[in-house]
Amino acid sequence: MTDTSRRERSPRLAVIGAGPAGLAAALAAARHGLRVTLIDAAPEAGGQFYRQPAAGLGARRPQALHHRRRSWERLRAGLDRQITAGLVTHLRDHHVWCVTGAQRSGFTVHALLGPEQEQPVEVRADAVLLATGGYEKVLPFPGWTLPGVVTAGGAQAMLKGGLVLPGRTAVVAGTGPLLLPVATGLAAAGARVAALVESADPRAVVRRSPALAAQPHKLAEGARYAARLLRHGVRTLVHHAVVEAHGDQRLEAVTVAALDATGRVGPGTRRRIGCDTLAVGHGMLPHTDLAEALGCRLDGAAVHVDDEQRTDVPGVWAAGEATGIGGAELALAEGHIAGRSAAVRLSGREPDPRGWAGAARIRAGLRRFAAAMDDAYAPPAHWAEQVTDDTVVCRCEEVTGGTVRRAVTELGAGDVRTVKLLTRAGMGWCQGRMCGPAVAGLAGCPETAARRPFARPVPLGVLARAGTTEDEQ
Amino acid sequence: MNPLELADARPGPAFTVTFDGRELVALPGQTVAAALWAAGVTSWRTTRGEGRPRGVFCGIGVCFDCLVTVNGRPNQRACLVPVEPGDAIRTQEGTGHDD
Amino acid sequence: MRLTCDAVVIGAGMVGAACALYASRAGLDVIVVDRGPVAGGTTGAGEGNLLVSDKEPGPELELALLSGRLWAGLAGELGDRIEYEPKGGLVVAAGPEGLAALERFAAGQRAAGVLAEDVAADRLRDLEPYLAPGLAGGVRYPQDAQVMPALAAAHLLRAGGARLSTGRTVTEVLRDAGGAVRGVRTDRGDIHAPAVVNAAGTWGGEVAARAGVRLPVLPRRGFVLVTEPLPRRVRHKVYAADYVADVASDSAALQTSPVVEGTAAGPVLIGASRERVGFDRSFSLPAVRALAAGATRLFPFLSGVRAMRGYVGFRPYLPDHLPAIGPDPRAPGLFHACGHEGAGIGLATGTGRLIAQVLSGRTPELDLTPFRPERFGEEAL
Repeated sequence: MTDTSRRERSPRLAVIGAGPAGLAAALAAARHGLRVTLIDAAPEAGGQFYRQPAAGLGARRPQALHHRRRSWERLRAGLDRQITAGLVTHLRDHHVWCVTGAQRSGFTVHALLGPEQEQPVEVRADAVLLATGGYEKVLPFPGWTLPGVVTAGGAQAMLKGGLVLPGRTAVVAGTGPLLLPVATGLAAAGARVAALVESADPRAVVRRSPALAAQPHKLAEGARYAARLLRHGVRTLVHHAVVEAHGDQRLEAVTVAALDATGRVGPGTRRRIGCDTLAVGHGMLPHTDLAEALGCRLDGAAVHVDDEQRTDVPGVWAAGEATGIGGAELALAEGHIAGRSAAVRLSGREPDPRGWAGAARIRAGLRRFAAAMDDAYAPPAHWAEQVTDDTVVCRCEEVTGGTVRRAVTELGAGDVRTVKLLTRAGMGWCQGRMCGPAVAGLAGCPETAARRPFARPVPLGVLARAGTTEDEQ
Repeated sequence: MNPLELADARPGPAFTVTFDGRELVALPGQTVAAALWAAGVTSWRTTRGEGRPRGVFCGIGVCFDCLVTVNGRPNQRACLVPVEPGDAIRTQEGTGHDD
Repeated sequence: MRLTCDAVVIGAGMVGAACALYASRAGLDVIVVDRGPVAGGTTGAGEGNLLVSDKEPGPELELALLSGRLWAGLAGELGDRIEYEPKGGLVVAAGPEGLAALERFAAGQRAAGVLAEDVAADRLRDLEPYLAPGLAGGVRYPQDAQVMPALAAAHLLRAGGARLSTGRTVTEVLRDAGGAVRGVRTDRGDIHAPAVVNAAGTWGGEVAARAGVRLPVLPRRGFVLVTEPLPRRVRHKVYAADYVADVASDSAALQTSPVVEGTAAGPVLIGASRERVGFDRSFSLPAVRALAAGATRLFPFLSGVRAMRGYVGFRPYLPDHLPAIGPDPRAPGLFHACGHEGAGIGLATGTGRLIAQVLSGRTPELDLTPFRPERFGEEAL
């Protein structure tokens, strides 16, 4: 049997998401004998982390806005080689709305062709690897729906991909390690960054946590960003929060305030900062819709995986932010392990984890680091006190904080689902992705899995014919 | 400094589109949202309840705040849809559907 | 915690809420307990149909007509808060045979007090401008209405003034040496009461078992699709005539007949699938595909409209498709108000009124014989 014909019979793995985890997984799986279909919503591979300026913009110095250029170039070259060799098929502009099937019958990935997302495509595979990444969590405050208020990651995505800024004077606020690169990126691109407002006090935590100290290159990276902030003259306010955004038709200013030791807004510490842009974020959340519809178990907000990155559904692996927020390096390690495991398992063998011991070591260290970061950058404990009764909480359905509170106090809601049923919070276009954490916080109940059958809206005409190829087989 | 200079961008020829009938210049490769931002526009939708202005929020296609009508097609996410020469972009009101 | 009251209602769904409302208004001190939240079961997974159109003459239709009158009264009181819409139903038939059967069905209903107007093919689009062309005709039912079921349950509970205790699981129905019910044991203490109402919906069989009696309530799974918000393009509750046959069917296999309606909030709701698969919550592409196909056949414009979400629920059905309403002679003091299948929202008000009447020792205004809970005997199903 020739190599080519052997390949033609080798199992096919669908990797969903072409960010760090998906790329690492696709390359590892292809190198170890699988045929891979890499399916991604963007026009170019890279995901959010390795987002490139759009090709039409002809950027000659993309590295100016780019993270980890070298690892990206390695992945990009590897992907090109595997595509040329016919081992990886890269489907761009494919917006996956559902994955159906099971190990015995095979899986079908249901996608809509972008950007219109009206034409369906179905991809068959023997196994699925979910590398669906994450999205930003933003907790509400008065004025957060004004144009000019964007997520920190959104400001960065628009800058890296479209080479645009939303305004001239920006405040970067919230909590988490993303704020530093966003602030330096905006400043380098010519925005005046009036302040970086971080609600945590990272310095104190760094001193305390051995898991952080064990990742010196990460700390060095943080120090480099801090030096750049200084160079751009960006004022950093730690243990502060933006408590209100002002403006009528668009953002004109924000009020920032100091937080006391308990995380409450300190009296008499409010001050107003003029700005036309607020880039705000409070951490990241995993995309788990596809996993949930497949019946995969979640651990908290993330997809549960074992040491090989297998979910509890046979034939379904997951890696990267979908399995817990931890950053691009961790996603690379997890993707590598997932791809290796899938390759061995789909050929009917039992994998030897010693084969990926290096990646497993990196994964263990970075997961400890991620857990420490998560502790360090928790949003202020009493953020909900800033949400007035007339603050919009659900952006899509314009449900206010007062309405959510009344559902709890007057109508007997005690969980996110009941609040949603009684108020429509979370029933709009974004299906609660933006307001879920806020609604849970205001209602004083834990966040629960949203159980969204569709990862994105799907035309009924597409749904009416979906999966008919699956049934014929 | 601006972002195009920072990345030493040499885009293809600029083209015009309209936003609520007004001509704007856009660059190839930009999304509708990027072209609008570059032209100083930050809102292009009004909500169906309170009629409040909205524009980009998440920037990556998750929040649906940047919905806009492009060439008569409503509910397009401006942060995902590439801008094309001659596009007629309109502020989207309410559900985006007529009647 | 020891509490005392006149009646404990188990279940904070639509039926429990209506029982609590009418019992409170009859002067009883009521406590409602639920192991989950308000509207956490089938109520929160339904469309909120208040229908007479899908019911053949008989006890269920009489209950529906009573319930419809009570809903209209409550709507006057609770206003927009429960999103009551007396929009009417429109049942359509694709071909002449189906239409003839539909018109015969409607004639029987008219004799039983239902308002039903035959609609000729060329008049259908006056009522529903976006309806597919080529349909044979239909029947309009002005008494069909809709509420937002979770809001309705929550507001009825509040309006009744009954005490509400959610997140509290009934572990046993307490009975004295003579067999009479004397309250419930919960994971948070006993509640003493001479009357216990089983309004646990699809889980009503479990509650009955905790009182030592058998009530064969089983789940019949249904999916509902929800579209993006739209202007009002679907005015009535519109469905195809074969829906009635599916509702009455005993088959376990997947059945779908398109049921399409707009909502006050904007999205269009699309039902109705029926499967007997136990309490399996998993997503079923064949079920939602059939819903989408049926809905786009009725309303072609929906092809380009996006489904934003879907949800799953479990209708509580009893073998003869009638609910269990009334006292249980096997356990004096136990009353049942469950097993309404897909009609529980609509039938809740009448059920609540009848339960309140028997709880306060009055003669119920409908004969409860067809609904008597002991009618299935003790043999295994």
